[in-house]
Amino acid sequence: MKARAFSYFRAATIDQALDAHARAGDDARFIAGGQSLVPALSLRLQAPRLLIDITHIDELRGVRREGGHLRIGALTRHCEMLSEPLIAEFAPLLHAAAPFVAHPAIRNRGTFGGSVALADPASEFPAMTLALDAEIEIAGPSGRRRVKADDFFIDLFETSLQPGELITAIYVPLFRADQRFAFDELARRRGDYALVGCGMLATFAGARIDDIRISFFSVGNTPTRVRGVEATLIGSRLDAERVVAAQGALEGDLAPPESDEVPPAMRLHLARVLLGRLLGRLGEGA
Amino acid sequence: MSGFDDSLLNEADETVRIRMVVNGRKVAWEVAPRETLVDCLRDRLELTGTHAGCEMGACGACLVQLDGRAVHSCLIFAVQADGATIDTIEGLSERGAIADLQAEFHRRNALQCGFCTPGMLVNAHELLSQVAQPSREEIRDALSGNYCRCTGYEAIVDAIDAVAKARGTSGGVT
Ligand SMILES: Cc1cc2nc3c(=O)[nH]c(=O)nc-3n(C[C@H](O)[C@H](O)[C@H](O)COP(=O)(O)OP(=O)(O)OC[C@H]3O[C@@H](n4cnc5c(N)ncnc54)[C@H](O)[C@@H]3O)c2cc1C
Ligand code: FES
Ligand code: FES
Repeated sequence: MKARAFSYFRAATIDQALDAHARAGDDARFIAGGQSLVPALSLRLQAPRLLIDITHIDELRGVRREGGHLRIGALTRHCEMLSEPLIAEFAPLLHAAAPFVAHPAIRNRGTFGGSVALADPASEFPAMTLALDAEIEIAGPSGRRRVKADDFFIDLFETSLQPGELITAIYVPLFRADQRFAFDELARRRGDYALVGCGMLATFAGARIDDIRISFFSVGNTPTRVRGVEATLIGSRLDAERVVAAQGALEGDLAPPESDEVPPAMRLHLARVLLGRLLGRLGEGA
Repeated sequence: MSGFDDSLLNEADETVRIRMVVNGRKVAWEVAPRETLVDCLRDRLELTGTHAGCEMGACGACLVQLDGRAVHSCLIFAVQADGATIDTIEGLSERGAIADLQAEFHRRNALQCGFCTPGMLVNAHELLSQVAQPSREEIRDALSGNYCRCTGYEAIVDAIDAVAKARGTSGGVT
C-alpha cells in the first residue's frame, strides 16, 4: 500500500500555493496534517501528480480575536483546540469537541482547516462550525471570500470550495455570558468515529431560550442542523415536556441513510437519546 | 512571486534531498516524495524499532516523536519532515528518557510479542509529558489509538500508572 509517485512542493505563501495548484490543474492536492489525505493516497483512492504542502505558510497559522469573532487559522491543529486558552474561552464548544477527534497522535498533526475542507459527515469539527454559525474564509485564484457554514456543506464530501481554493481561516462568533453549549457523541470505542454526535449553542434570555443552533454528525451525507427541533425550543424554558417535544421533532429533521452497520431507525433512536441528554445538560447550565 | 517551477510536474519519480536530526544525529537523505517516514527510518537508517502495521493511522505501532510530539510515521511523507527533529524508540531508550517505563512494562509483563510495544511506549511518554498524573481513564483514552493484540491493556495501564506515581513522588524525571 504505497502512494503513486508524485511531485512535492512546499509553499511559503498563499499565492505560491494557489499558483502551483493552478499550474497543475485538477491534478494537485493541498496537504495540511495529512491525517486523511495520506491514507487516501496509500490506498490509491487519490493519485495526484503534485502535492502542495501548505503547512509552512505563516498566514494560515494562529488564533486571535478580530472584532466580534475569533479567527482560527486553517493550520490550527486539533491538539491546539485543547491547549489554546483563547479557544477555551471564546469557542468552548470546539474545546469540548476536540478530545473526541481521533487519537492524541492524530490530533498532534490534523488541522482544523483540513477537517472542515474534507467535510467528512462523521467528523466533529465541520458539524460544530454549523452550530457556531462560523464563517469559512477562502482564498482562490479570483480573490478572497467568506462563506457561512450554513452554505458551505453541500453533499457527501462536497463543499462550496472550488478546485484550487484554499481555506485560510474559520471565523467563530465570540462566546458570550448569556450563552451555553453542550457536546457529546456515542461511539463504540473512544477515538472511533461516532455512531451519532451532536453539539449545540444556545443564547438565553433569563431562563428562556432566545436562540439555539443544534448540529448533528454521522447521521447523513453532511453535517446537519436540525431546524425543526430548534424551532420547538426557541422561547421555551427547557422543561421536561419541551424536551420530549424536541425529541419528537427530530424525525422531521433527520433521515439517516441505510447502512449495514446501524439501521436508520436505530441511528434515529440514538440521536433522540443524545438530544435528550444534551438538552438536559443545557438546562442545568451545562 | 512564485517559487514553483513547472518542470517539477514532470519529475514525480525523482528524489529530493532532505535533512533531519534523528536520535540526535544529523542525517541527509535522497528520498522519493512518496516514501513515508516509517519506511525511511526502517529501510535507510535501520531503525527497525518503529513498526509498520496497518500503515493507515489505526494501530499506533509506527509512533515516533517529531519535534517533541508523538506522530504516526506512516501518515507523514519523509519530505514533509525535512528540517525536523525525530526521536524513535531507539533514541528514547538510548538516552534513558523512558527507562522507567520500560522497566515497569517489563516488570508487569505488559508485553508479549512486542510488536505494539514501541508505539505504546512513545505514546505513554507523550502522555506523561502532557499530564503528570493521569487518571486510569485518561491513560486508557490516550492508548485508544494503539492496538495490542496479545496482552489486553490492564497490565499496560498498570505500568503507566505506576510510573506516573513514581515520577510524582521522586519530583519528576523526564
Ligand atoms: C485512525 C484515524 C482516526 C480518525 N478519527 C477521526 C475522528 O474521530 N474525527 C474526525 O473528525 N477526524 C478523524 N480523523 C481524521 C483526522 O482528524 C484528520 O486530521 C482530518 O480529517 C483532516 O485534517 P488534515 O489537516 O490531516 O487534512 P489533510 O489530510 O492534509 O487533508 C484532507 C483534505 O483537505 C484538503 N485540505 C487540507 N487543508 C486544506 C485547506 N486549508 N484548504 C483547502 N483544502 C484543504 C486536502 O487537500 C485534502 O483533500 C481520523 C484519522 C485517522 C487516520
Ligand atoms: S502503521 Fe502507522 S498506525 Fe499502524
Ligand atoms: S505485545 Fe504483541 S501486539 Fe502488543
